[in-house]
Amino acid sequence: MNDTVIRVDQLSKRYRIGRREAEADTFREALGGVLRSPFQYLITMSRPPSESETLWSLRDISFEVQRGEVLGIIGRNGSGKSTLLKILSRITEPTSGRAVITGRVGSLLEVGTGFHPELTGRENIYLNGAILGMKRREINRKLDEIVEFAEINKMIDTPVKRYSSGMYVRLGFSVAAHLEPDILIVDEVLAVGDTAFQRRSLGRMNKLATSGRTVLFVSHSMPTIQALCQKVVLLDGGRIAAAGDTNQIVDEYLQSTQTPDLLACIDLSSHPNRITAPEQAMFKRLRLLDQTGTARSIFQMGEPITFEVELDTGGRVLRDPLIALVIDRRTQRICNLTTVYMHNQPFTVEGRMTVRCVWNQDWLAPGEYDLSQLAIKTHIGAERIDQIQPLGQFIISERDVYGTGEQKHNSGLLIPNGRWSFEPVAQLQEQAP
Amino acid sequence: MDSELEVEDQAPRDLPAEVKPAGPAAQTIVIQPTSGWAALRLGELWDSRDLLFFMVWRDLKGRYRQTALGPVWFILQPLMSMVLYSLIFGWIAKLPSDNQPYTVFTYVALLPWDFFSDAVNSGTNSLLGSMSLISKVYFPRLIIPLSQVISSLVDFAISFVILLIMMIYYRIQPTWGVLLIPFYLLLAAMAGMGIGLWFSGIIVRFRDFGQVVGFLVRLLMYAAPVVYSMSIVPAEWRTLYSLNPVTAVVEGFRWALLGNGLAPDWKLAVTAAVVVVVFVSGLLNFKRVERDIVDIA
Repeated sequence: MNDTVIRVDQLSKRYRIGRREAEADTFREALGGVLRSPFQYLITMSRPPSESETLWSLRDISFEVQRGEVLGIIGRNGSGKSTLLKILSRITEPTSGRAVITGRVGSLLEVGTGFHPELTGRENIYLNGAILGMKRREINRKLDEIVEFAEINKMIDTPVKRYSSGMYVRLGFSVAAHLEPDILIVDEVLAVGDTAFQRRSLGRMNKLATSGRTVLFVSHSMPTIQALCQKVVLLDGGRIAAAGDTNQIVDEYLQSTQTPDLLACIDLSSHPNRITAPEQAMFKRLRLLDQTGTARSIFQMGEPITFEVELDTGGRVLRDPLIALVIDRRTQRICNLTTVYMHNQPFTVEGRMTVRCVWNQDWLAPGEYDLSQLAIKTHIGAERIDQIQPLGQFIISERDVYGTGEQKHNSGLLIPNGRWSFEPVAQLQEQAP
Repeated sequence: MDSELEVEDQAPRDLPAEVKPAGPAAQTIVIQPTSGWAALRLGELWDSRDLLFFMVWRDLKGRYRQTALGPVWFILQPLMSMVLYSLIFGWIAKLPSDNQPYTVFTYVALLPWDFFSDAVNSGTNSLLGSMSLISKVYFPRLIIPLSQVISSLVDFAISFVILLIMMIYYRIQPTWGVLLIPFYLLLAAMAGMGIGLWFSGIIVRFRDFGQVVGFLVRLLMYAAPVVYSMSIVPAEWRTLYSLNPVTAVVEGFRWALLGNGLAPDWKLAVTAAVVVVVFVSGLLNFKRVERDIVDIA
């Protein structure tokens, strides 16, 4: 039996966007513009859009989803994810192409759609449930479960406008989470509530996903995508950039998204993330250099990185100051490169100087790392003079470190720089006590 | 005319919690661009009757929560316009009221008029006013204007009770024509909604169209015998004048309740036919514009 429940075929969606108006060169043109402008919008709307006024939000998207599959849809903002979900949820029409969906569709693009602030929690459960496509009987049946899940037992007969924002979204999510369609379309709504609630939401989604329901799931949270989806479609500029196995594509995506705020060479003289007073700023420039002295943001595993900081003390003379560079990976502190422990000789920082720190980053696992802090103080425990945080990211790329031709690494923070050996025990020697 | 979403087979309404493999009974939805007129798909509307119920309920319940007078407003609104019009048109301008107490004379007309203008307004604003809902979830969009018309009907029913009390006070006996009241109401609802649905697409595209609608509705009120008697209309214009659906409804109400309005005749049949055309075309137009309305708003 053919078990394809969603078949998307060459789906495209075009939007009309605003066009920059041509500047008037002469007074006559400007006057003409003013005379025309009262009806500019009417004129624009009543003719078909020209090529410069259109934006293809989706272009020739084709994919299939099998029954029971949980498909993740990822991509940057504006890559067409939401448009795709809107079309599949029948909120808007495609410009061309078609999609065939077999089964009852429930879509969840927003938490608490249609909540009326004056109505009580209970009343809103009925209202929201009906909007999402539930029958009254179905809501009756699930009411207790929904209230339980949302943890609002005491407030259930209070108007929702008195709810805290947390309670509001919990209730909204809870109603939606009890929808039981064949196909569930979910847009980034799991990130509501506190951590405990998020965990339960994820558990609920997992339960839905494993009960044979087909789920289309959009999220910016890669761990969530990795936890829920077997397959992923990566959208980029309205086209499918990649599709297939989750882990592989998520990696690919992470690599591509990190590019914009990568560090290689940044100007620090007026950095937006400076947390100290701008008048005592000393840092001028930061560069990440490889062994040949080239500024780079991607380094191989085990390849030494040189952090080069240019600074100007502005007439101050600093004896043995503390200069620190802090490296993190997401929330995990990797190390603190500081002059206090790493440099034992007396030194002076004065006037314009270039300060370099070479870091051998022994076999740090591949991935993105944050340079989350750069600071200077007169001595340890003193008031900081100049501090910028965070600065940006750099990448440690994979390398075939074991010479096996494979680049599979385990999930730790380090790729162990070590080796195994195996020797037969030649002879068993009993040692006398 | 092919619709973008053909519901080919109806699935059983309540699916069990565990998903069954979609056999031939599962519903298949085809999503593709449509051009021209779309099918109305009234079956889908019927399937969403629970939603319709909750939307009406939300409208009625939400409207008067945390107000000092609460549901008294249902009654107060038409009563206040009655007093106002009675003062201005009956007492100051001394417009004729066919020997009826002017208060009852206008109140009888104001009830269907308010209902009609509510229908125009709710039809007009149905898409624009519910954009936050429309852009987030799919349901038959016709539910929105329908639910609003139904909640206006509740307002009407309450005001109607006041009218009955007034009639008892003035000792006015209704005629057997009262049995035609539901018909007149239906006419008012269809005319109002039909016009409103035509406007609904325009107002999303051009917001300032709302000003035009407000003006048009006011104009329509004075073009019908709501605050004055038909007797002041020149005889040669009367046939044309009575083809106005609002005239037909208002005069029908007077005829049924006070016994002195315009009795149903061939002109009413013509009006009714025109109203049906306006209503059905309004529905079709609404279906045509709602399918990509979220892209425009």
